[in-house]
Amino acid sequence: MSSRRGQLATRWHRDRVLLVLAVPGVIVLVLFHYLPLLGNVIAFQDYQPFLGISGSDFVGLSNFSVIFNGDPEFLNALVNTLIITMVQVLFVFPLPIALALVLNSMLNERAKRLTQSILYLPHFLSWVIVVALFQQMFGNGGMLNEWLRSADLGTFQIIGVPELFKLLVTSQVIWKDTGWSTIIFLAALSKVDLNLYEAAAIDRASPLRQLWHVTLPAIRPVIVLLLILRLGDSLTVGFEQILLQQGPVGAQASEVLDTYVYNNGIIGGNWGVSAAVGLVKGFVGVVLVLGANRLAHVMGERGVYSK
Amino acid sequence: MTGLLETTAERRARRDRQPASDERPAWMGRQPRWVTGARGVLLTVACLAVIVPFVAVVMTSLAPQRDISARGGLVLFTSDPSLAAYRAVLSGGVVTRALTVSVVVTVVGTVLSLACTIMLAYALSRPGSLLHKPILLMTLFTLLFNPGMIPMYLTVKQLGLIDNLAALILPVVVNAFNVIVMRSFFLELPSELTESAKLDGAGELRILTLIVLPLSKAVVAVVGLFYAVAYWNAFFSALLYLPSPEKWPLQLVLRTFVVNQTPLGTDELSASTESLPPQASIQMAILVMSVIPILIIYPFIQKHFSKGLLIGAVKG
Repeated sequence: MSSRRGQLATRWHRDRVLLVLAVPGVIVLVLFHYLPLLGNVIAFQDYQPFLGISGSDFVGLSNFSVIFNGDPEFLNALVNTLIITMVQVLFVFPLPIALALVLNSMLNERAKRLTQSILYLPHFLSWVIVVALFQQMFGNGGMLNEWLRSADLGTFQIIGVPELFKLLVTSQVIWKDTGWSTIIFLAALSKVDLNLYEAAAIDRASPLRQLWHVTLPAIRPVIVLLLILRLGDSLTVGFEQILLQQGPVGAQASEVLDTYVYNNGIIGGNWGVSAAVGLVKGFVGVVLVLGANRLAHVMGERGVYSK
Repeated sequence: MTGLLETTAERRARRDRQPASDERPAWMGRQPRWVTGARGVLLTVACLAVIVPFVAVVMTSLAPQRDISARGGLVLFTSDPSLAAYRAVLSGGVVTRALTVSVVVTVVGTVLSLACTIMLAYALSRPGSLLHKPILLMTLFTLLFNPGMIPMYLTVKQLGLIDNLAALILPVVVNAFNVIVMRSFFLELPSELTESAKLDGAGELRILTLIVLPLSKAVVAVVGLFYAVAYWNAFFSALLYLPSPEKWPLQLVLRTFVVNQTPLGTDELSASTESLPPQASIQMAILVMSVIPILIIYPFIQKHFSKGLLIGAVKG
C-alpha cells in the first residue's frame, strides 16, 4: 500500500507539469460538454425558463411522446432527414472517390496541385457564403436566369421551390465538399505500392482491371471508415445550410431533426420536448456508429477503432 | 556518402532510373487520347464551377449601376470598376462594426484555441503518464456524443454568457478532433529527441516550446487554420447566443442583407442617399469581404495539408 502511494507520488512528481497543461482544455470540456450533458435532465421535465432546472417539475417520459406517438411535425422532420441522408450517401459519397481517382491519374504534378488548391477552397467558405453564392447564380434574378431570359429560353427555378429543395441542398454539398473530401482518398491512393500496378500491367491487366483489383482494394479500408462515420451521422444533415434556406420553402419540405429542435425548442419554447428529441437523436447516433463499426469488424475491416 | 563517391555518369544513370514523378513509368501504357481529353474537360469544368461565382461576385462589387442594370444581376466584367461599394460599407455603420467583431473573435479565439489544444495534446502525448487514460477517454467521448443544442444553450445562459462575445469562443475553444490530430502528430515525433532533452535537464515546458513545437509547424498551421475558419464562419452560434444586432459578426450580417435580401439604406451605412452605390454592389462587397481573409491565409496553409492533417487523420 505504502509503496503504491510512493509510486503515485513519484508519478505525480514526474507528470505534474503535463497535468497542469491539460487543465485548461479539461475545464473547457467539462463546462461545455459534460455540464450540458447533465443539462439533458430537462428532457424529463416540464422546463420553464423562469423556474430553471432546479425549479421545474419532473414529468417522466411524457416529453418523449412526440417520438413514440409519432407527432406529425416530428415524423416529417425525421423523414426529411432520412431522405436527405439517403440521397447524400448514394450521390454525394461516391463523388470524392471518383474525383480522387481522376486526380490521382494526373501525371503532371503542378497541374494536379493547382487543381487540388482550387477544388479544396469551397470547403472553407461558410454556409452563409455558399447559400448567397447559389442565390446569386441560380436565383430568379441570378446569373443563370438572366442569361436564359436574354436568350429567350425561359427560366430555371430551383431556389425557393419546395419540391426541388433536397436536390438544391445536395448540389450545394457537392459543390462545397467534394474537392476537400478527396484529400483522404488521395492519401490512401498515394500509399498504393506501384509495383502492384507494374505486375498487373505485365500480366496484361487492362486499366479497368487494375482499378478493380489493385486500386479499389487498396483504398477500401478508408472507404469503409468514412462510410461508417457518415452512417453514424445519419440523423445529422446540414443544419446551418438548411436553416438558412427554410424561409421560402416552408417546414414541410425542409424541416430536419436539428432544425426541428431549434424551431420547436429555442423559437417555440417547447424546451422539454426539443431536448427529448435531441437526446434520442444523440443516443441513436452513438448506436449507429457502434453498430456500423461492429458490422465493419464482422466484414473483416478495421473500422474506426480496432477491436 | 554515395553522393561523394559516384561519378557523374553514375549519377546520371541513377537519375534516369528514377523518373521525375510527372513522367510516365516505362511499364505504364500510354493513356488513350480520349481519356486525357475527358479528364481535362471534367477538371476544367469543376474548377470553373468554383472560380466563376467568385469572379462574378468580385466584378459585381466593383461595377456601377449601369452595368448591373444592363446585365440584370451579376456581371462578369466591368469596364468601369470603382471601390464605391467598399467605401460605403467600410466608412462606419453595421458592416464595419460586424467586420471588427469578426476579426476580434477570430484572432482571440484562434490564439486561445491553439494554446489550449497544444497544451492538452502535449499532455496526452505521453502514454503511461498519470491520468493519461481517463483524460484521453474523456476527450474522445466528446466526439461520440454531442450534448445537444438545447442543453448547450441553457448552459451558456446559466454561465451568464448570453449576449457576450465570449459565447462565440468559449464553448468551442477546444475541439477534440483537433486535439487528436495534434496528439497523433506529437506521438510521431522521434522520442529520442525528448528523451535526450530530459537527460540534459530540460523540463516539459522547455521540451514543448523548444523542441516539439518547432518540429510541428505543419500541424499547428493546419489546426490553426481549422480554428480560424470555424470562428470566422460561425453564424449559428451568433444567432443563438447574441440577441443584440450590434454585436453580430459579419456572417450574420451577410445573412440578413445578402441571403435574406434586407435592403441596406443610409441607416445601416454612414453614407448619404445620393452617393449610395448600387444595392447589388454593396451586397457583393460584403460577400467579398467575408471571403477575403480565407483567400489570403489559404495559400500559406494549403501546402501543409497533406503533412499536417493526414498523419493525424489517417492514423488517428
